[in-house]
Amino acid sequence: MTDRYDVLVVGAGPAGLAAAHAAASHGARVGLIDEQMTAGGQVWRQDVQHASPALARRSIGRTLDHPAIDWLAQTRVVTVEDGGLLVEDPRRARRLHYQTLVLATGARELLLPFPGWTLPGITGAGGLQALAKQGWPLAGRRVVIAGSGPLLLAAAATAKRHGAHVLGIYEQSSTENIQRFARSLWRWPAKAVQAMGLRAQLAGVPYRCGSVVRRAHGETELHAVDVDGPRGIEHIACDQLAVGYGLLANVELAQSLGCTLQLQGAHAYVDTDRYQRTSVDGIYAAGELCGIGGRDTARIEGAIAGHAAAGKTADADRLLQSRQHARHFADALNQCFALDPRVHALAQPDTLVCRCEDVSLSALDGYMDARSAKLATRCGMGACQGRICGSALAELGRFPRSGQRPPLFPARLSTLAGTNLSSINKP
Amino acid sequence: MKSHDLIIVGAGIVGAACADYASAEGLRVAIVEPGPIGGGATAAAMGHLVAMDDDPAELALAHYSLGLWEAFVDLPQAEYSRCGTLWIASNQADYARIPDKLARLAAAGVHAEQVDAEQLYRLEPALAAGLAGGMRVPGEAVVYPPGVAQYLIGQAMARGAQLYRQRAHQLNSGGVRLSDNTQLSGNVLIATGCALPQLLPQLPMRSRKGHLVITDRHPGLVHHQLLELGYADSAHGSDDSSVAFNVQPRPTGQILIGSSREYGSETADISMTMVRRMLARTLQFLPGLSELDAIRIWTGFRPVSVDGLPYLGRAPQHANVWVAAGHEGLGVTTSLGSARILIDQLLGRATAIDPRPYDPMRVAA
Repeated sequence: MTDRYDVLVVGAGPAGLAAAHAAASHGARVGLIDEQMTAGGQVWRQDVQHASPALARRSIGRTLDHPAIDWLAQTRVVTVEDGGLLVEDPRRARRLHYQTLVLATGARELLLPFPGWTLPGITGAGGLQALAKQGWPLAGRRVVIAGSGPLLLAAAATAKRHGAHVLGIYEQSSTENIQRFARSLWRWPAKAVQAMGLRAQLAGVPYRCGSVVRRAHGETELHAVDVDGPRGIEHIACDQLAVGYGLLANVELAQSLGCTLQLQGAHAYVDTDRYQRTSVDGIYAAGELCGIGGRDTARIEGAIAGHAAAGKTADADRLLQSRQHARHFADALNQCFALDPRVHALAQPDTLVCRCEDVSLSALDGYMDARSAKLATRCGMGACQGRICGSALAELGRFPRSGQRPPLFPARLSTLAGTNLSSINKP
Repeated sequence: MKSHDLIIVGAGIVGAACADYASAEGLRVAIVEPGPIGGGATAAAMGHLVAMDDDPAELALAHYSLGLWEAFVDLPQAEYSRCGTLWIASNQADYARIPDKLARLAAAGVHAEQVDAEQLYRLEPALAAGLAGGMRVPGEAVVYPPGVAQYLIGQAMARGAQLYRQRAHQLNSGGVRLSDNTQLSGNVLIATGCALPQLLPQLPMRSRKGHLVITDRHPGLVHHQLLELGYADSAHGSDDSSVAFNVQPRPTGQILIGSSREYGSETADISMTMVRRMLARTLQFLPGLSELDAIRIWTGFRPVSVDGLPYLGRAPQHANVWVAAGHEGLGVTTSLGSARILIDQLLGRATAIDPRPYDPMRVAA
């Protein structure tokens, strides 16, 4: 191991794995870091009970086994400093340096507040999937899946595979939107096959469009939800609710490195050129970070970024067309699942917006920007650093997220103090 | 043209305290603040209400102000927590300084007590071994300064004060012109801290940058505001950069960590070099904090006058312009007393303490 890499890749999901492998194939010395114990990212998160898909096994195996790639698991970027990255793992801190950097930090879920959303028993859609894969018991539990996007289907399939009784999938987008999208699927045959596979797994599970969870009921834990759909309000008794309104790019590291961001609706993604270069020299970005595009886009963009970061743009050129095809699919998907304005009205004045600091929506009335509101109410001052409430408030049209401060994630004082820095092969 | 008895420029804690007191005394007040209320140095302050004994005038203003803070003990927005201050003597030389400090504080009316090493560890078991003892000031407290500033502005507005969300562009004979060309007429009070020279270039002001780190919630680890006795050497020294151990238990259970001082750094960027120095100092005194998670680091600027004492009074070369700025690291503590001294002078009344050490005219003299 070293502290200096030709190419350092942050994030070991499909994009990061592809980037690391592509760069290493040209002889570059590659470091690959991820905060999780195992590679694969959210989409290929290892399941303790079930085997991973063949594609995931292949991508992970060939990358982690590559002799030119150092795999640094459970490693988080704390902050940017001195032309490198300060990182920590559960035991120590390190300063990593690089010639080129590939950011593949993926996405998180957009969680929108509604009455009762903080009750135990409620998670994001991807959140439930992750819990299930980590062995959290779901067998026999009555699960409602809601929100928006293809992740709902994947979450439902995972929950079902783990023995949950999935009562229904409630998608906010309209039946017309979904049908229009389904009719266009022939343009992406692999996706059509995937969709049919999921449908078969979810046989017997109702899929209701134009439906949103208005309220969650329970005293100390969830026991029912009110779903508002084309047939009116339905009261559904359940033990678990997984609700997520799509995905958001994790742009925080890119932002602190000074990369130019773009807005898609209320949310930012990283601006890149044809070779996945950001606005900062030597820094590349790939996958969800560059706009929500799904696994296939991430793999292609990762490979483009890896080739380009190793200086082999000719290899990258061969992938540009397939990226375009994949991005078109993503655009169609994003259009199909665009959020209906009525999801902005779910939060009531007394609904908590900031879970870290217990701040209700009405407490934010009268403040002209996020900073004023934060100073007065502590909204966004908690351990999540405004990732959840800041994104929700941006989506609700209150104020854009602002005032990001280091560290990127909560980090040990010893790491920031430099008292636990390990240094290997210092040149 | 809009006419007011007093136009207060700047809604940090000092401007806010002036607005509250002036409006309570019946003045028709305008407040000029383009940014968030309490969003400058106020938002970067630790909110420690403390008397420092190094300078008699500073101590008199702090003691007067600490008395006024007693009115805020039960105000929810203030998050007042009477944790007391514990000054720590690292060695026997520092410990030997304590009796003199006790005497100076006592002369000013501040009650403090010496604690030996055994008492020190009983009060704060997390402290590193080998410390000599300390000095405890039980009556001192911490507050949440932006919350107080907003409360004070709210009080003033409830009495009819008007808030102008503009920048003060230029002083003129009638008052002040705002960036949207609104002319406000009346006496002007400038309470813009580090930005004072923009309107009053004749009053020198330096910006002294500081870093703060706050942890996740770990209630019960630290009980007092903890400072090293050498803190004043850092605070009053003129080195380009220094750090001193200064740790505070927030009512939320979080631990707020200072302090660093830096001249010559004009941007709000975080210097990891300063953060490292500051936290290394912290861990020398509280080694058990090393595995705690920090959730946020930020910076701010202390406004430093020519001699370290605030400018409180009529501005040189202006008949109708007053100033309350330059409190360096004691602006929260001394805001309430500063407001009284200033407004009482403006109204031609006697002040509770001698105002002459703070007179801005000393710079012109």
